[in-house]
Amino acid sequence: MRIFGIIVVILTGALLIYAMGDFPSWADPASPAHNHVSPRYIEKSLEQTSVPNLVTAVLADYRGYDTMFETAVIFAAGVVCFFLLRIPRKDEPTVRRYRHTLTGITISVKETREIPPVLEEFERIDTLWTPPDLIIKTCCRILVPFLQLFGLYVIAHGHHSPGGGFQGGVILGASMILLAISHDLRTAIGRMSERVHAILCSVGVFIFAGTGALCLVLGLNFLDYGALARILHVDPVTARSHGILIVEIGVGLAVMTAMIWIYNNISSKGKYDEGL
Amino acid sequence: MIWQLDLAILTLVVVAAIGAITIKDLLGSAILFGAYSFMMCLLWSIMGAVDVAFTEASVGAGVSTIFFVAAVFRTTRRTKD
Repeated sequence: MRIFGIIVVILTGALLIYAMGDFPSWADPASPAHNHVSPRYIEKSLEQTSVPNLVTAVLADYRGYDTMFETAVIFAAGVVCFFLLRIPRKDEPTVRRYRHTLTGITISVKETREIPPVLEEFERIDTLWTPPDLIIKTCCRILVPFLQLFGLYVIAHGHHSPGGGFQGGVILGASMILLAISHDLRTAIGRMSERVHAILCSVGVFIFAGTGALCLVLGLNFLDYGALARILHVDPVTARSHGILIVEIGVGLAVMTAMIWIYNNISSKGKYDEGL
Repeated sequence: MIWQLDLAILTLVVVAAIGAITIKDLLGSAILFGAYSFMMCLLWSIMGAVDVAFTEASVGAGVSTIFFVAAVFRTTRRTKD
């Protein structure tokens, strides 16, 4: 069976490499992909949308449906991870470990449902606990706000430079994941609870689809941002640029929270109690 | 496009890809997969697709590696076969 699998893989690979010979050569201006709609995008996108970055204009405006459903896919991934992995808190007794910060003594508390009063000198620790490293904790804590600022910059500057909602959202999500890794999961959840993740994730998709629906209500096609000109009091070309920004913010929100949501569910086995 | 650089990165892509599927240690496999994504990111930026390279760097090399590490952490570290 193993030999058969290897033969199939090698045959498929050989076929693919053989078919590659028929491809147009790299960056060939006469290739079919460069002759259909690409010239129109390259020539007209700046005057139609006033967005210098061609890729952003194509992703968020000309191919708005694709991006909207990609965002919906990210949202669905977060929701699926939640439904598959999340275990609601049960009544079974769990062992929780507390560490006395002054002496370093660890006590384990077997308890059913009541959480013991949190004292100043005791801190809750995970079962697989490693001693806290001051350098790592401090560096990560200093790094997190700069990461978040960079994420916001990537979202807001997507019109002029590479970037946009997806990348910026991932960077924002990664900053919260960094906090969860360097401290512990409970710190990160304390900053941003599960309910906030769920709400913001759906709000992000709603902003995208709602912008499209607003264009429909204002009398143009779905996701035709030129219709926003009447609300924003600008000309339709600038309104397209603003519409792209609104949509990117929605994408960023959805992607950021979906990433944190998936990470929290995976790393805590769905219990939200002890993380990585 | 410098062909020596291109060839070196392509070789590293192939090495990282083969390593990621053959290695027994799942954590090492996740790290190799991150290295593979990063090499792909370099290839994209060499070819001029900067937006794709940015996405590959943030999603492929960054977040998906973290997801793999988290999943490995919650399972056994070595494969059974």
